[in-house]
Amino acid sequence: MSTIEPQTVPEGPPTPSDETPESQPVTGWGDRIFSSAAFGAGLLILLVLAAVFVFLAVQGAPGTHQAASVYGPYATNFWSYAGKLLFGTALAAVLAMLIAVPFALGLALFISHYAPRRLAVPVAYVIDLLAAVPSVVFGLWGGRALTHASLPVQHWLNQHLGWFPLFGGTPSSTGHTVFIAAVVLSIMVIPITTAIAREVFQQTPKLLEEAALGLGATRWEMIKYAVLPHSRSGVVAGAMLGLGRALGETMAVAMVLNGNPLVSIRILTTDSPATIASNIANEYKNEDPHMQSVLIATGLVLFVFTFLVNFAARTIVTRAERRLA
Amino acid sequence: MAKSIDVSDVNIYYGDFLAVQGVNMSIRAGAVTAFIGPSGCGKSTFLRSLNRMHEVIPGARVEGKIVVDGQDLYGPGIDPVAVRRTVGMVFQRPNPFPTMSIYDNVLAGSRLNAKKIKKADADEIVERSLRGANLWQEVKDRLGKPGMGLSGGQQQRLCIARAIAVQPEILLMDEPCSALDPISTSAVEDLIHQLKDDYTIVIVTHNMQQAARVSDDTGFFNLKATGEPGHLVEFNPTKKMFANPDDPATEAYISGRFG
Ligand SMILES: Nc1ncnc2c1ncn2[C@@H]1O[C@H](COP(=O)(O)OP(=O)(O)OP(=O)(O)O)[C@@H](O)[C@H]1O
Ligand SMILES: [Mg+2]
Repeated sequence: MSTIEPQTVPEGPPTPSDETPESQPVTGWGDRIFSSAAFGAGLLILLVLAAVFVFLAVQGAPGTHQAASVYGPYATNFWSYAGKLLFGTALAAVLAMLIAVPFALGLALFISHYAPRRLAVPVAYVIDLLAAVPSVVFGLWGGRALTHASLPVQHWLNQHLGWFPLFGGTPSSTGHTVFIAAVVLSIMVIPITTAIAREVFQQTPKLLEEAALGLGATRWEMIKYAVLPHSRSGVVAGAMLGLGRALGETMAVAMVLNGNPLVSIRILTTDSPATIASNIANEYKNEDPHMQSVLIATGLVLFVFTFLVNFAARTIVTRAERRLA
Repeated sequence: MAKSIDVSDVNIYYGDFLAVQGVNMSIRAGAVTAFIGPSGCGKSTFLRSLNRMHEVIPGARVEGKIVVDGQDLYGPGIDPVAVRRTVGMVFQRPNPFPTMSIYDNVLAGSRLNAKKIKKADADEIVERSLRGANLWQEVKDRLGKPGMGLSGGQQQRLCIARAIAVQPEILLMDEPCSALDPISTSAVEDLIHQLKDDYTIVIVTHNMQQAARVSDDTGFFNLKATGEPGHLVEFNPTKKMFANPDDPATEAYISGRFG
């Protein structure tokens, strides 16, 4: 969506400035053109979002009340079908974030505050490159290589940590598990979260860093006193972008996972809950128009869910910020 | 508690750039020493070398000896973090930690030194430091509020409270009043007078009257020429410096400033 924005900016909508009564008087052509363009771009994004929503709602509406057989064999009605897929989506995304966020923050701190410049620049560059790798490539690698290569690890986890429900059950013999899907997702989340965290870490005012160092803080204490508090909202924003990618990722999960709409937290077994996006990718070839409308309706569920998650995260951040102001 | 500082043959570099050259001086314990001089002559650079803050800038280094209490700050095996805990610093712009309350700001240094502080001890440190910084009366009813909510002058005194909370031996101040109005400035100057009983204070200032008012000794730094490193021209008791300086350059600078 965001790629549409810059292209349409120059055209601008017809006299949008008339529609903003509260905008301050603008002076000069540059101001007027720029404020119209900015306003137009903002309006356009909202329109596109609304259009997507309307499309999903209209096309998906019939999908919510199909015959039970359409939802089978794991569900009998739309809400349990979508609910199970939503569970799978959330499970894979949460696991991916649990792996990715600590890793990304560590990497970002390493680049911004620990590594010598000679090392920091190439490492940052490689991570940015990772962000540009198409998800199909990660899917191929995850599905073909990582699943087999990681079997010993998966079995080890199952044997030694099997008492913990997440790692319990009979482990899959092929390695195509939610565990690996989450690992692949986390590798796709890490670059974007790292890039944003690094950016905000580096923007910590020198003044604050020196305030901490001047008190006799070690480097880590300085990071705790100055860098992390200053970067909190930026880090959450970075994690949210990563989460958005994890929730919506299609191909990589579809290629790793042979999932079904079911609820199971045993991430090393063959009972793999599908995610909404991977389920759409797998079932879309299905010509049945009933199934198609069901898939579109699940797409709407994902749309709303992602929206709510973002909204919740922002509320938490603003509330935390306001408490300090 | 207050300690003297003996500086001999100090050269200070930013990478290959020699910023300050050949400084020798003895800073007395329990006195206020002021550094004056034109912009860019290396006052801040030299001040920051006194608590090893200079080296946090990549490529920056110091040559020579700076001896506090018989120990060379730049000697082998000396931990810069430990040095900064005994030589406190107040910066030009007030820099309280924005996400911390007034209370937590004051305790920031103490929490570094000793992880666990009893509530009663913490309260005592906060009150003593804020009283020491002449801020207690103004903030005692809102200790839980963020330090950023204070006026600039109050913030600077909060930073002074934060620096003295750990009871350093020496307190370095880099133009602590340059961002403050005359009333806050005079509050900080009064404070410097009170603090010198307990601390050795070194202050950089562009304000001649301030140097004359608060300091016992003054050091005048200058550049030999543009592009040359800064150096210490004269170091004398403040009274003598302002009445009858040894060096004509000092005289010119001081009188130039007073018109
Ligand atoms: N971070 C830095 N990197 C490289 N050179 C620096 C840096 N900071 C200062 N310098 C240089 O070191 C010299 C001394 O600067 P310094 O800040 O110590 O001067 P100052 O006497 O404190 O000036 P002012 O009165 O304007 O604060 C100047 O030539 C300055 O350009
Ligand atoms: Mg300076």
